Amino acid sequence: MTIPSNILTLLAGVAITLVSLWYGQNHGLLPVAASSEATQVDNLFNLMMTIATALFLLIQGVLIFSAFKFRRQAGDLTDGPAFEDNIPLEIVWTAIPAVIVFILAVYSFEIYNAMGGLDPVNSRDPGPTVTAIAEPNTLVAFNPDGELALGIGVSPEDPAQQALAPLEVNVQGLQYAWIFTYPDTGIVTGDMHIPANRPVELNISAADVLHAFWLPEFRLKQDAIPGRVTKLVFTATRLGEYPIVCAELCGAYHGAMKSQLYVQTLEDYQQWQQENSPEQAENTEEIALNPAELSPGQFLAPYAAEAGISAKTLEAIP
Amino acid sequence: MTATESPTSPAAVSGRDLGQSQRKWQDYFSFNTDHKVIGIQYLVTSFFFFFIGGALANVIRTELATPDPDFIQPELYNQIFTLHGTVMIFLWIIPAGAAFGNYLIPLMVGAEDMAFPRLNAVAFWMIPVGGTLLLSSFLVGAPQAGWTSYPPLSLTASQTGQMFWILSVLILGTSSILGSINFITTILKMRIPEMGIHDMPLFCWSMLAASVLILLATPVLAAGLILLSFDLLLGTNFFNPAGGGDPIIYQHIFWFYSHPAVYIMILPFFGVISEVLPVHSRKPIFGYRAIAYSSFAISFLGLIVWAHHMFTSGTPGWLRMFFMATTMIIAVPTGVKVFSWCATIWGGKIELNSSMLFGLGFISSFLIGGLTGVMVAAVPFDIHVHDTYFVVAHLHYVLFGGSVLGLFAGFYHWFPKITGRMFNEPLGRLHFALTFIGLNLAFMPMHELGMMGMNRRIALYDPQFQPLNVLSTIGSYIMAVSMVPL
Ligand code: HEM
Ligand SMILES: [Cu+2]
Ligand SMILES: [Cu+2]
Repeated sequence: MTIPSNILTLLAGVAITLVSLWYGQNHGLLPVAASSEATQVDNLFNLMMTIATALFLLIQGVLIFSAFKFRRQAGDLTDGPAFEDNIPLEIVWTAIPAVIVFILAVYSFEIYNAMGGLDPVNSRDPGPTVTAIAEPNTLVAFNPDGELALGIGVSPEDPAQQALAPLEVNVQGLQYAWIFTYPDTGIVTGDMHIPANRPVELNISAADVLHAFWLPEFRLKQDAIPGRVTKLVFTATRLGEYPIVCAELCGAYHGAMKSQLYVQTLEDYQQWQQENSPEQAENTEEIALNPAELSPGQFLAPYAAEAGISAKTLEAIP
Repeated sequence: MTATESPTSPAAVSGRDLGQSQRKWQDYFSFNTDHKVIGIQYLVTSFFFFFIGGALANVIRTELATPDPDFIQPELYNQIFTLHGTVMIFLWIIPAGAAFGNYLIPLMVGAEDMAFPRLNAVAFWMIPVGGTLLLSSFLVGAPQAGWTSYPPLSLTASQTGQMFWILSVLILGTSSILGSINFITTILKMRIPEMGIHDMPLFCWSMLAASVLILLATPVLAAGLILLSFDLLLGTNFFNPAGGGDPIIYQHIFWFYSHPAVYIMILPFFGVISEVLPVHSRKPIFGYRAIAYSSFAISFLGLIVWAHHMFTSGTPGWLRMFFMATTMIIAVPTGVKVFSWCATIWGGKIELNSSMLFGLGFISSFLIGGLTGVMVAAVPFDIHVHDTYFVVAHLHYVLFGGSVLGLFAGFYHWFPKITGRMFNEPLGRLHFALTFIGLNLAFMPMHELGMMGMNRRIALYDPQFQPLNVLSTIGSYIMAVSMVPL
């Protein structure tokens, strides 16, 4: 087999390279990145997209070229050239994917580590002390030694996460809503508010079936698993309002299980805290009850319409 | 009666020599042990279920043409995608692979029939039984937990239907195990003496690799499903967290089978393509040994990558890294195959008939599925796109763009041999053109949808995603129309 090595091939190679490099940066397929880790994930994707575009163009090019160039002439009943192998060529095309995936694997590892995915302390399953066995005979903790890191922990490269104590938020998924509890203030809400540039640590749990807590703009997702607590630690760097999506099939209204994340300035966040803290609420007429004392069903009622939960579903919630 | 004849009895031998035209149509509805009859039975049955699965897909796409759940109720939506996935996997692709295996392997290795003809017939007849059971679950409330049937949801939603699902998958899995025993034995033990293992057609290699996977992985699924049925029926708590069970163990068991299952679904069609391309390029296959061995490399690696479906689940960081590495390595033997196919057509004398068009279409779209496969293997990116439409796009490029296009390439390639008749070539090309356009229109936009934030398995979605969804729905209608020329 002769590898065509003329000028045209060279030009095609240059063109493929340039197009791939350009498209890898300008595909526009990802939503805004709201944290520095998200930007790193995007860089990884951009690299993969560049390589994929090059391979895509190369192989589709070969197919299209062959389909036009190597057509059988009418009436030609002879066979094509009988080359059956070419060891050097085969070694090359085994080595190229091998090198590519090696690079991708190492790079992915680096990024996953930078995201805090391998953080041995903070992302470990905290075991029975935290895992809620509070509801008798419902949930049981696994992994009592807390050896496993389930989720994404503190980033070794994020100065904020190294320096500041994270804001803890307990996130509970239930059919079909997310409930956020702030242990520091006792606030319980149906949407999440966090200050920018302060690390946030989510303790994610599920009340009924599997759910998955997904923040598309943060490129973060972690399943909420009944009987276990999973973690996500991240620092929002961009103010704004972002969707929170449930990404694990959890029943008929799975598609309606959505909420909002508000990344606020410290002042706005503190104001929100003030307005919503339970102590505050006790003094006002409107909210006579401490949300923490409500059952999920009662608590959810005001949010039901917004979250697309039917009255029937609401009744089913204890 | 054919059923009672031993395969070596004179009647059976002469029966085997019957041309297609001399066969009675009743043979195809009886417990016949002739591998050709069984092959055709498999093929016709799987096509029947393909139309059902395709109809379900178009219901899904119709619902998704608008953001609101207005066409069907969300419960029904979940039932429909659950059955769509299950039908397409267990009643279309897997039996269709067995169809080619049954028809071709004895002919290719020079055996009179499969090694265990009666077992073979049993294996086939389990398919209609399992299929009927699965579809009849619509009468009792079909399962709603997806083809993955993760507990605890699968323990609470549509319990009777879920039980139907488990039974049916157990039956279909058993059928597939019996089939694989037959393939392995026939390929290894019944070749004519002159045919060494390296003289075998590549299709035999790929069926061997797929059968080994079936044999190793399917029993594990069976075990998991039996435990799940205990939880469902007897109130045990293997996987039910409410009683101390662990739903994550189910996921491990399930994917220990179901990742290999994707290779069970694609390997036979790798084999088909390796037969089809050389013929219509009028050139020998390039890199016979590389293609043969890479099938086994894929089989072996396929057994140690399952947790890549659980990167956002209850898996610790080191485990995610381990499975990322093993998964990425699969790109190497897969790449070898793709390059070898390209080299096979390169410089040939290509005849762009229906079979070859599907063959080229296979490489083209399987390539896309393979490239996105490496992307989702990268943990940091998969965390973002897991359980989104990106994955739906990826899996359809592999299963539809790969397996189904490969299947059609083989279908047109062997149609004259199987039926003794020629098909209508222009209609075949039209079929290809519509399928290929529809496929890309339906599944390409799903990549972007998933990355932008659309999760899968939802009957209602954010209105911002509507334009791309409409495009995708049009693509799926085009695919529906493409079935008309077929
Ligand atoms: C007409 C062609 C097809 C169309 C338009 C189509 C469409 C879809 C859509 C939209 C979904 C996502 C449902 C959801 O997540 O809400 C889906 C899921 C799925 N499809 Fe298809 N599909 C087609 C053919 C196939 C084929 C040929 C196969 C396999 C060989 C297949 C296997 C699957 C599987 C395994 C799922 C996942 C089901 C689940 O989430 O449990 N599909 N399909
Ligand atoms: Cu959910
Ligand atoms: Cu897999």
